[in-house]
Amino acid sequence: MDDEAFVRVDRLSKVYATRDGPVRALDRVSLSAHRGEFVSILGPSGCGKSTLMMIVAGLLPASAGLVTVAGRPVTSPITDVGIVFQNPVLLDWRSALGNVLLQAEARRLTGAAALARARRLMEAVGLSGFENRYPHELSGGMRQRVSLCRALIHDPAQLLMDEPFGALDALTRDQMVVDLQRLWNERRKTVLFITHSVAEAVFLSDRVVVMTPRPGRVERVLDIGLPRPRTLAMRETPEFIAYTRQILELFLARGVLKEG
Amino acid sequence: MTEPLDIEAVEARLQEALVRRAVRARATAVLYPILVAAALALLWEIGSRVLHIPTFLVPAPSSVVSVLGGKAHVLVRHGWTSTQEIVLGYVLSIVVGIPLALGIYFWPPFARSVYPLLVSSQAVPKTAIAPVFVVWFGFGLLPKVLIAFLIAFFPIVINTVIGLASLEAEKIYLARSMAMGPLSTFFKIRLPHALPSIFGGLKIAITLAVVGAVVGEFVGADAGLGHLLLEANGAMDTPLLFAGLVGLTVIGVVFFLLIETAERLAIPWHVSSRTTFKGESL
Repeated sequence: MDDEAFVRVDRLSKVYATRDGPVRALDRVSLSAHRGEFVSILGPSGCGKSTLMMIVAGLLPASAGLVTVAGRPVTSPITDVGIVFQNPVLLDWRSALGNVLLQAEARRLTGAAALARARRLMEAVGLSGFENRYPHELSGGMRQRVSLCRALIHDPAQLLMDEPFGALDALTRDQMVVDLQRLWNERRKTVLFITHSVAEAVFLSDRVVVMTPRPGRVERVLDIGLPRPRTLAMRETPEFIAYTRQILELFLARGVLKEG
Repeated sequence: MTEPLDIEAVEARLQEALVRRAVRARATAVLYPILVAAALALLWEIGSRVLHIPTFLVPAPSSVVSVLGGKAHVLVRHGWTSTQEIVLGYVLSIVVGIPLALGIYFWPPFARSVYPLLVSSQAVPKTAIAPVFVVWFGFGLLPKVLIAFLIAFFPIVINTVIGLASLEAEKIYLARSMAMGPLSTFFKIRLPHALPSIFGGLKIAITLAVVGAVVGEFVGADAGLGHLLLEANGAMDTPLLFAGLVGLTVIGVVFFLLIETAERLAIPWHVSSRTTFKGESL
């Protein structure tokens, strides 16, 4: 059962009916992620990668095709999951700790155990001493760390992340990527990581699913064979660059990027 | 001669300046309005004496103050009547307005059928309805309470609906992925999110409730500050008229401050509780 894919997306299509006629957001997308695997979905804006994540989460209905998670078809919101959006989506009236604990409260995981777990997670991402701060008192990076802790406190089988570092500055991003790799290494969740950053995808992933622009199709799936744990300096090595280069060539060929 | 730069001293100096500025800002927030009011009153007093403006036209502040002192018991009695009308009208507009807003937000057929009526009810001039209420309900408390309610409930409904509807979709997605039930989602996420907007409506409504009560008293009453204003007007007792206006202003401001305090206690996390003026925290 374990070699069976944990997340399986089979010829998934999403079409929006609009006044100007149907719009194809996703066109027969197929991909899979094994248990404990880190899979990035990489593509330009508007390739439907966020829509794909929402459908996998059961938060949007598919127009055609099938998504299964842990062997079960997804027809309603899946709950054995932690979601991190591009915005931290924190509640302004709760402290950092309160926001992390929201997930626990929703699942009736209350008491000392949940509190201890929340504190441990916050410590692991460098939020010690900021537990009682309110979102408006935190930097963008810290808010996203709170959001990450909230997605992990209930120990879900799966993490869905939609461009989680997209709104952060370059240095904070680097730190977040390193921290995320460490957390994943310790916990081995199945991760679907939506991004438009080539370096981020190669750095974090076991596999990178490269998508085409509108309508979203799977262009190619790359296995990333770099040894773990990966370091920031590794991004300058020929092995790393070989991967990013390959993706760059794909984007150039597809007209996602143009030169001259 | 250049002194060696001591960063600790710079820090201490700036920190001290910040504290001093904060103290001064707090003091001036009270002092400035008082000074301006006093200066205006003084100018007015001098003007009315120098120019010999007749008291029945514009009474000097001193004569208004002497009425405030001499007829305090009358003002308090009428003020108390108005206060009752305002409070009852206001409470009624909350009790009716918020459930109405919940119905409008959560039940689209209800919204579709009630919303046009609601908007029409606001298009009708309340002053025009007031005489009808006198015919139906007489000269007592009830017609004033109803008019105060009729004017005040609308912003409560509108602001509550806006607050409920303005929640980002992502927060709802998040709640659903957390397996949070609809009740929990409402009380933990949607309602707290709507509170700042609801309080905005409550603050507008309290000032309108005062207007409503006075309108009701103008049309037909035997008590209340609005009634006192009309009486003073009929008797050309302009100082009493002004004293009545002062009384109404005090009632209005006190109620507004009460609601604002409630807001501060209920949503200390919100910007509206942290700052009132641009760049200045109070």
